[in-house]
Amino acid sequence: MSAAADDAILRVENLQTWFELGSRVAKSVDDVSFTVGRGRTVAVVGESGSGKSVTSLSIMRLLAPPGRIVGGRILYRTATGEEIDLARLPESRMRGVRGREIAMIFQEPMTSLNPLYTVGDQVMEMIRLHEPVSAGEARARARRMLELVEIPAAERRLDDYPHQMSGGMRQRAMIALALACNPRVLIADEPTTALDVTIQAQVLDLLRRLQAELGMSIIFVTHNLGVVAEIAHEVVVMYAGRVVEAAAVNDLFDRQRHPYTKGLLACIPRPGMRRDEVDGQVRLTPIPGTVPSVTALPTGCSFAPRCPLAVAKCEEPPPLIPAAPGHLSRCWRHEDV
Amino acid sequence: MSAAPKSAPADVLLSVQGLTKTFDVRGGLVRAVDDVSFDVRRGTIVGLVGESGSGKTTIGRTVLRLVEPSGGKIVYDGVDIAALPEGAMRAYRRRMQIVFQDPYSSLNPRMRIEDIIGEAIDTHGLARGSARRDRIADLLARVGLAPEHARRFPHEFSGGQRQRIGIARALAVEPEFIVADEPVSALDVSVQAQVLNLIQDLQQAFGLTLLFIAHDLSVVEYLCDEVVVLYLGRVMERGPSRQVYAAPRHPYTQALLSAAPVPDPRAPRNRVVLQGDIPSPINPPSGCVFRTRCPSAAAACAEVVPPLDGVGPSHAVACIRKDEPDVLARIHPAAGGPTRSSP
Repeated sequence: MSAAADDAILRVENLQTWFELGSRVAKSVDDVSFTVGRGRTVAVVGESGSGKSVTSLSIMRLLAPPGRIVGGRILYRTATGEEIDLARLPESRMRGVRGREIAMIFQEPMTSLNPLYTVGDQVMEMIRLHEPVSAGEARARARRMLELVEIPAAERRLDDYPHQMSGGMRQRAMIALALACNPRVLIADEPTTALDVTIQAQVLDLLRRLQAELGMSIIFVTHNLGVVAEIAHEVVVMYAGRVVEAAAVNDLFDRQRHPYTKGLLACIPRPGMRRDEVDGQVRLTPIPGTVPSVTALPTGCSFAPRCPLAVAKCEEPPPLIPAAPGHLSRCWRHEDV
Repeated sequence: MSAAPKSAPADVLLSVQGLTKTFDVRGGLVRAVDDVSFDVRRGTIVGLVGESGSGKTTIGRTVLRLVEPSGGKIVYDGVDIAALPEGAMRAYRRRMQIVFQDPYSSLNPRMRIEDIIGEAIDTHGLARGSARRDRIADLLARVGLAPEHARRFPHEFSGGQRQRIGIARALAVEPEFIVADEPVSALDVSVQAQVLNLIQDLQQAFGLTLLFIAHDLSVVEYLCDEVVVLYLGRVMERGPSRQVYAAPRHPYTQALLSAAPVPDPRAPRNRVVLQGDIPSPINPPSGCVFRTRCPSAAAACAEVVPPLDGVGPSHAVACIRKDEPDVLARIHPAAGGPTRSSP
């Protein structure tokens, strides 16, 4: 599905992140693998409880207890070509990676912006945390960052507090903060979900432009397949803590090789689709049932209880295997999808 | 001042005429809804679309008198209910219901499902004893739930199931008109289609008339017979949704439709990226409220509030430059406008 190994900047291998609550174990992420190529955008798609956000928090090592990485590797290739396993990196060294090498933006900008400091102070703090520069130099760079993310009147906006900015502007400020130290990987967790559609279009354009200019890799976490089609090079579809399908974006939209992905695409109305088109007979094809709880997953394929193709074989957990060149599917019946 | 529908023909159930709602806030007066007019014909679904601050939710609530209008008429089945005293309003309350966006906060967590649904039945004295029980069981079946669910509490249900309960509650008093305020926005994608199909089926089964408020443009195109496009409390364009989606005439509608991401990586992207943010409703731009972000704005747009003028059968646009052929072409010279083709 993705770049050759030598071109990979991040390889997630068999990641397991569990939340142990007494006798109950929530296997929020269970055996997740994917590769992010240099300068590529990988979209991680899933609904609530799919494990997409826990996967990104695991990479950033920002998990809150009782969540912890219980297995697998997160191999990050540094600028010098050395490969380090973030899953086992001591916290002291992780602090040098977080923000500087790998940065993250969130759905809600106030998750990462401190309401008590000006936007300029926060960007300057980020720069001076990682690089030995003077306050004046840091301020000049902070101004250039705001210009880079197209915040008008950047010099004046440096002295704004987050609450003085609109939602779209705050999202830009958060992106400026994340990119202040020129990270090589940006993890964007639903960065446009809370935005109005015309502002979403601006932010997606901005991310695309910044990637072209700065060459960073992006892990874009979203539930919106329209946004995936716009921004992704590769797509990883997650369901109930596992990767169920992974492919290049065109391959995935051309032909789905997992019934869940196919079901997801069938249940959203497309432009031009109307309920009264054919004698009022047009209906959406919903996926029956609901997403299972990660504390009570079915023994075999997690999707089997909702799957139109489920057979007896699906009581055994299916492996993630190539269904076509570069196209992975976790389905026993991928040929019949 | 806008092209308010003059008379309400018999098949019009709801005629909103020059509706205005202002709120006093620190720092001034917000005109959340400003001179909004549209009709909803019996048995149809009309969509209200717009971004934050467009006034769509306020319109939905004002129409039901959950929020008091500041001006204008709300003609429901031939009677202006905008200033009706609460006692006289009561008869209308049974005929008009609402389904809310958030299935978590809209159901009382301390009440059993039978009481959540039964409350309105009791209020309007519609059924008692075993008739009430049967009615609740029937409503649950109608929305795809089982009779034994009646004894449970909201926390025992998933988001999609809670939204079904919210719909059953709305149907409990046999309304003819329902305001659905973003009823699927808070649901997982795979569950949205279940609820949309349910709304579609119930609308047909009961001949319901719906005002469907949404920000998801594809859902509105799919479900709604007519669409009203709002921006900063004003109607920018309204008309049959087939027409508005195929050939949007207002630059804002064009921008909005072109900004919606399409789940097809090969789809052409003739995008109108609007500059800047939505202005503050406390201090809206003079003239056309959209002019500060409009790629076609001219000097005259700051001078006059554009009237909502007809451009086709029941299709109206509030733009003084709508008849200039270069409005579309200027945005996308090659494509002649951002009109999408169906996949």
